[in-house]
Amino acid sequence: MPSLIDIRRRIRSVKNTQQITKAMKMVSAAKLRRAQDRVIAARPYVSTLRKVLANVAVAASGEDTGENPLMARREERRILLVLVTADKGLAGAFNSNLIRAAQHFIADHAQAEVTLELVGRKGRDFFRKRGARIAGDRLNFARPAYSDATPISGKAMDLYRNNETDAVYLLYNEFKSVVAQKVVLRRVLPVEVPEEIQPVDYIFEQPPEEMLDALLPRYVGMEFFRSLLETAAAEHAARMTAMDAATSNAGDMIDKLTLYMNRVRQASITKEIIEVVSGAAAE
Amino acid sequence: MALELEVVTPERELVRDQVDEVEIPGKDGYLGVLPGHAALLGELGTGELTYYTGGRPHYLAVHGGFLEIRDDHVRVLADAAERPEEIDVERARRKQQEAANPAIHLDPAQAVAVALRAQTRIAVAERARE
Repeated sequence: MPSLIDIRRRIRSVKNTQQITKAMKMVSAAKLRRAQDRVIAARPYVSTLRKVLANVAVAASGEDTGENPLMARREERRILLVLVTADKGLAGAFNSNLIRAAQHFIADHAQAEVTLELVGRKGRDFFRKRGARIAGDRLNFARPAYSDATPISGKAMDLYRNNETDAVYLLYNEFKSVVAQKVVLRRVLPVEVPEEIQPVDYIFEQPPEEMLDALLPRYVGMEFFRSLLETAAAEHAARMTAMDAATSNAGDMIDKLTLYMNRVRQASITKEIIEVVSGAAAE
Repeated sequence: MALELEVVTPERELVRDQVDEVEIPGKDGYLGVLPGHAALLGELGTGELTYYTGGRPHYLAVHGGFLEIRDDHVRVLADAAERPEEIDVERARRKQQEAANPAIHLDPAQAVAVALRAQTRIAVAERARE
């Protein structure tokens, strides 16, 4: 039977851990709110860009000038997979779900040559150790700015234009709600132009093909930027949920240990009384 | 009748308002937009965007992107945009000087773009102070 002091020490240590997890939960909640605001702030731009792109693409396809190199479809023999993970752990299954999805993707495309572009420390460490084909890596961004996304999207587009890859996929966690993140796999190149229901007869300040050349890189850049924003929000949400669970688990453990401690204490008192009583009876 | 003006960047929404008139820096020159304008799509240049509400002008510095006009709805998709009070004039002046220095900017086209952005920022910041 452990001594009372040992159990007390144990309880104190669990209490300390609980304080840490509680603090982490609160920090994540505050960060989540800000990350969520940024996701929402990016929405008007995305939806308008989508509409403009749809209209320009319709107008540009009328002219016979050939397909835009970012829309040209090829047989997928070489694939670039951009995996966006978090830099830090302690967020439940956030990173491991993504890494598993990436492994599935590679297994599913065994006939193709899959190269990885890794954003975030967790994904980088995992695939580096396993000697996967890696095009490049960078750390994730705590507060992603649009200028953080453009180097990644620019590199992907360069590879695609130069015919060094046949498709670019993006794999990340989407922020569904505070308790749910969804692993999302999306093909970003070749660009699939959103369909516009009713084309409008626009005046074009610049020729549509020229506008398409300017629009597509921004559209792709926005896809990458959105993945960074969603990842940031989803990461904080996942950590918040994980730390909330950890805090309540610590609470359960403290209750259990306290009960056990009281039993041990009572047992030792009983034992002492018996010793005293039997000692007195022997005289 | 009024125009509905929307100015958004990838990171935020700057304006969503009813306005009387807008002047937009297009890639190939400024466009004045009044209610009843025909549907139009175009690229955005670098320059001052001016809009009027109740006879009062408001200024923004915008740097590249797109614009769409449709049914009295003006949408400006800027790569970057700033309100006058957000502009760091000191920094803009520094950039303007750097642009003239060939040791920093080897590519003349890039130097011109940097200078243009700096000038726009300075002009917008000064406008708002008038």
